[in-house]
Amino acid sequence: MTQQEALFKYILRLGDNALIHSHRLSEWCSNAPFLEEDLALTNLALDMIGRAQALLQYAGNVEGKGRTEDTLAYRRSERQYYNNLLVELPNTDFAYTIARLLFISAFEKEYYAALQKSADSTLAAIAAKTLKEIKYHFAHAHDWTIRLGMGTEESHQRIQNAVNDWWMYTSELFEMDETDDQLVKDGMVPDLKALYPAWLQTITDTLKAASLNMPVTGYMQTGSRKGIHTEHLGHLLSEMQYLQRAYPDAEW
Amino acid sequence: MDQVQDIISNDHALLSKFEEHVQAGEAVEPRDWMPEAYRKHLIRQISQHAHSEVIGMQPEGNWITRAPSLRAKQILLAKIQDEGGHGLYLYSAAETLGITRTEMIEQLHTGKAKYSNIFNYPSLTWADIGAIGWLVDGAAIVNQVSLQRTSYAPYSRAMVRICKEESFHQRQGYEIMAKMMKGTAEQREMAQDAMNRWWWPSLMMFGPHDSDSPHAADAFRWKIKRHTNDELRQKFIDKTVPQAELIGLTVPDPHLKWNDAKGGYDHGEINWEEFKQVINGNGPCNKQRLQHHKQVHDNGAWVREAAEAYKARTNNQSSN
Repeated sequence: MTQQEALFKYILRLGDNALIHSHRLSEWCSNAPFLEEDLALTNLALDMIGRAQALLQYAGNVEGKGRTEDTLAYRRSERQYYNNLLVELPNTDFAYTIARLLFISAFEKEYYAALQKSADSTLAAIAAKTLKEIKYHFAHAHDWTIRLGMGTEESHQRIQNAVNDWWMYTSELFEMDETDDQLVKDGMVPDLKALYPAWLQTITDTLKAASLNMPVTGYMQTGSRKGIHTEHLGHLLSEMQYLQRAYPDAEW
Repeated sequence: MDQVQDIISNDHALLSKFEEHVQAGEAVEPRDWMPEAYRKHLIRQISQHAHSEVIGMQPEGNWITRAPSLRAKQILLAKIQDEGGHGLYLYSAAETLGITRTEMIEQLHTGKAKYSNIFNYPSLTWADIGAIGWLVDGAAIVNQVSLQRTSYAPYSRAMVRICKEESFHQRQGYEIMAKMMKGTAEQREMAQDAMNRWWWPSLMMFGPHDSDSPHAADAFRWKIKRHTNDELRQKFIDKTVPQAELIGLTVPDPHLKWNDAKGGYDHGEINWEEFKQVINGNGPCNKQRLQHHKQVHDNGAWVREAAEAYKARTNNQSSN
């Protein structure tokens, strides 16, 4: 694999994570528990669409075959998507949405801080901008985890269930394949394994502050690095890509 | 007996002072004395306006996950977020009149409070997102620009803020339509179809002819309203028809004709029977919109309760 090929595949992963997570968050529009939260969740979705746009555009440039951010978002099939499984899971309920946001934003907080030091100046610049947004995403997830954990018996149980159920998707965030190995060596991207202790500490502290238990670590889910997903991604894409696929000659 | 008379004559004095104040074009602030009927009229109107912003998020939200480009998705999401924000300012403006948001939502759910009829129509294709932005927001702007000078100050201030954002919304809707009209045959067909379905309901947004408008007299006397429904509708038509022509859309009204003498368009008769039916709950989406709002509200109850419980707990801790 050339560096260019590795970089292309790697940036797709970053872009896909932002795009698919934003899609799930945008599904809360006119569905949130109250109006202010509706606006907050769609605000996060907006940040992530912006990030996906920047990353996929850059991926298209790196690839050099004339694919735009829209061709990459709307014309790839499920096996060509590289987002982590966690972001594609259905929202389920508010507690699951918050648990996911907590896991992801705690990871991205470390990740984008490290990516700012990338030898690739475009990635470093995207990272710097993204980091500012992530701090807000993390604060939102952190505060809600505590509110739900310390709120009512029902909310406590719901957030605990969510954290437990989705724990098995968290180790994938830190998985590294040959793409990572090559780019880490060149100083282009962070070593994900090195981010794990800080992430685990953040999650441990947050759950403790919310009087929630740490989930028991069992068998962990994997697959997305190879483009193997849950059944949910196909449905998400068929909805998202519908117009582009149905009218391939149209511009919107 | 004397006491009762005192109260009555005092009320009369206050009322005439209030009416003089309003007639002079002065604004009314929340702490000023106001007749009960004025307060009620405003609560009804502002809460209806707030509910419209919020219910309006549904037909547009229907297309977020299917928006055809990342840019289109971003713009649509930002627009819907603005609408939600407008809902918030308006709920706050209504709260200054002594009603809570919880009460307003309850009135929405029981059917006592209404929202704009237009949102009882479905958004069927992507072109509907263009038509809603261009025609529906376009009609709303005409009405809201006029309300910027409404007598109740918090309402008027909310309108000033809202108008700034709405003109951007209208442009984005028009941009969608213009792009589709320059596109493939299928896209042009989709755009014209959306125009055909949204034109008449948009005209109905201005309400019945003034002669049939039940609350008009008070609203004018108190300067809540400054232009008649028909005046505003005319303004909208005159502004929109040339925009349609510019991008090659046909206005679905065979009687539409420029009238030199009045300097505006004459138009065909609105189907007031349809208007009445939709207002009375028989539109294509009345049940769906309301049911959705109730269901989301019910599903979110445990979250709101958790937030309240947590707030109570932290308040207790800080006071101990």
